[in-house]
Amino acid sequence: MIELIAEYWKSFLFSDGDTLTGLAMTLWLLVASIAMGFVLSLPLAILRVSRWGVLRWPVQLFTYVFRGTPLYIQLLICYSGIYGVAVVRSQPLLEAFFRDAMNCTLLAFTLNTCSYTVEIFAGAIRSIPYGEIEAAHAYGLRGWRLYLQLILPSALRRALPYYSNEVILMLHATSVAFTATIPDILKIARDANAATFMTFQAFGIAGLLYLVLSLGLVGAFRLAEKRWLSFLGPAQ
Amino acid sequence: MNIKWLTLPALALLCCTTGASAKEWKELRFGVDLSYPPFESSTADGGVQGFGVDLGNAICAELKLTCVWVSSDFDGLIPGLKAGKFDAVESSMTVTDARKKQIDFTDRLFAGPTAIVTRKDSGLLPTIESLRGKTIGYMQGTIQETYAKAKLGPGGVKLRAYQNQDQVYADLVNGRLDASIQDKLQAQMSFLKSPQGADFQNSEGISDPLVPSEIAIGIRKDDEELKGMLNAAIKALHVKGIYAQIQQKNFGDLDLYNN
Amino acid sequence: MNSFLNLIGVDLSVLQGYGPLLLHGAWVTLKVAALSLLVSMALGLLGAAAKLSPLKLLNLPATVYTTLIRGVPDLVLMLLIFYSLQGWLSSLTEAMGLPYLEIDPFAAGIVTLGFIYGAYFTETFRGSILSVPRGQQEAAACFGLNRWQRFRFVVFPQMMRFALPSLGNNWLVLLKATALVSIIGLSDLVKVAQEAGKSTFNMLDFLLLAAALYLLITSVSNYVLRMLERRYNQGVRGMAR
Repeated sequence: MIELIAEYWKSFLFSDGDTLTGLAMTLWLLVASIAMGFVLSLPLAILRVSRWGVLRWPVQLFTYVFRGTPLYIQLLICYSGIYGVAVVRSQPLLEAFFRDAMNCTLLAFTLNTCSYTVEIFAGAIRSIPYGEIEAAHAYGLRGWRLYLQLILPSALRRALPYYSNEVILMLHATSVAFTATIPDILKIARDANAATFMTFQAFGIAGLLYLVLSLGLVGAFRLAEKRWLSFLGPAQ
Repeated sequence: MNIKWLTLPALALLCCTTGASAKEWKELRFGVDLSYPPFESSTADGGVQGFGVDLGNAICAELKLTCVWVSSDFDGLIPGLKAGKFDAVESSMTVTDARKKQIDFTDRLFAGPTAIVTRKDSGLLPTIESLRGKTIGYMQGTIQETYAKAKLGPGGVKLRAYQNQDQVYADLVNGRLDASIQDKLQAQMSFLKSPQGADFQNSEGISDPLVPSEIAIGIRKDDEELKGMLNAAIKALHVKGIYAQIQQKNFGDLDLYNN
Repeated sequence: MNSFLNLIGVDLSVLQGYGPLLLHGAWVTLKVAALSLLVSMALGLLGAAAKLSPLKLLNLPATVYTTLIRGVPDLVLMLLIFYSLQGWLSSLTEAMGLPYLEIDPFAAGIVTLGFIYGAYFTETFRGSILSVPRGQQEAAACFGLNRWQRFRFVVFPQMMRFALPSLGNNWLVLLKATALVSIIGLSDLVKVAQEAGKSTFNMLDFLLLAAALYLLITSVSNYVLRMLERRYNQGVRGMAR
């Protein structure tokens, strides 16, 4: 066990000599896909609650498809499927994009987390008490200013508990990245297992790392909730 | 409780405990990774085929046992063997010191050097200088991975690990990989013979202590009885000419034993 | 059948004979999901009972169980259990003198998924049991119902109403998690689609088909869940209807 840790601690945590691996890679995947998914989801969530069907339905289709299929299949499609199509290979830009494993993985993860986040934010926007909006109208706030100053801040705060859940689920989901040759925590665990055959220890360390990350995220979100959600009253 | 009720389970327990001491060989379970034609692969109807499979079946026939082939991922073979999922591993597994620490091996089954596959017009040689900056792929858990990480990675070659050999070839064909490193004959007889592999070529065998070429059947340590049985069977195959027959059927005039 | 599909513009020949294999893979996926659901619901009820129990002996392990499982990714647990389970079982059967018990990927997948989602169902059932007003249990006790009868006739039907949304959610997540079982070697829908795509050099089409099949199963599940919710919510006044 000690030899396992001594030999692999560096790979597990940040690097195996030439590329980013392990914990650092997992965190990078998580942060990048959550950040991009978040940015993308804001305008999409606003479209999702729009009065006009023609704006709503494309977003609804997007979330329906991406929430109804497993992330693993989405990753396989992005990594193995798309790159095999002749149309993609003939376009230099597309070809260069999909050639890189990291791009494919981040694309799949971003689209997936975006679809769940859109639904969460849409639900949060819908749950804003209408009284707040009426008051805003009384003050003359309309259009995009209404969104920017009232609806988005309020919705984001209300969505915090559900969004924290989504971030943790995304952390767990990144463990599937090794199938697209990305060296994350699980890949290093498999390497350690293949070299030393100490299965329980190798995967146990991986599990421990994920547990620490999850608990850290839970703690961080609890602090955020205390800061931003306490206006909703006691007994949360 | 009626005493009569106790006799039946007691008898059953007695039978089981006495039965456990003497090993009655009826079947031989081989663990195998079926992504390695022409050595081990699956048929369209879910059966198994290949040079290694033929040898395994011949050994079973010699020992008058039924062969059972249990499919597994390559890096699950040694844990599976140790756990008792199967009795032996026949999957073109190379004998290395690291593996000898975990399991035991029979005498040589055949020899399999390692080589690198590249595109015909790429001008790439199987050297670190030539491959620097390029991407090379391999199957996870193999000796080729160990070699790549120890020698090629530090030399500036980009490394990519895949779950099985098919995925390596898939990415080699679509251009994600510039080269792939695996068993020389495996590449020769499966990928390079297929229409997908027409534009690719094999390199010379790499001789390096990290990629030995001795391939044998893996068995649990202290399983002396099975080791003796298998070694005797392998010897008998050579003596009776069955080995030469199987070799001829799969590879024609190539000599795999003394490669 | 073929002529009808050709009429509406669907050309099945693109499947090149892999159609039946794909459907078989989908069937395997459904079986794994359904059996894992049963296992995890059973574990969930036990876990919920343990967590609600005042006994530290039951309470603590259950809490450790749910915290650990929900903090570690499914795939890590799956690989861990898959590789270790056979070993433990072998040592167990050897020690007891029983014949060797094989665990194939199908069984391993069900045991693993059942074990993992048992933790999620523990939280679901715990929350829903707590939502049933305590007065109901007390009234049932007054009428002379014993513990089991109380649970079966009073608590359970009312608990199901609260549990249903969360149960449905867990089922959908479990269904999508079965795609990971292909990584430990089970020939489920994903693995079959990959094999077919590899042989016909048409990976994208087969993966899209597999995705479509998953979407179909998810949609049907959503419909069934809505029906179930309507049935279990009979007689309950909703808000501003």
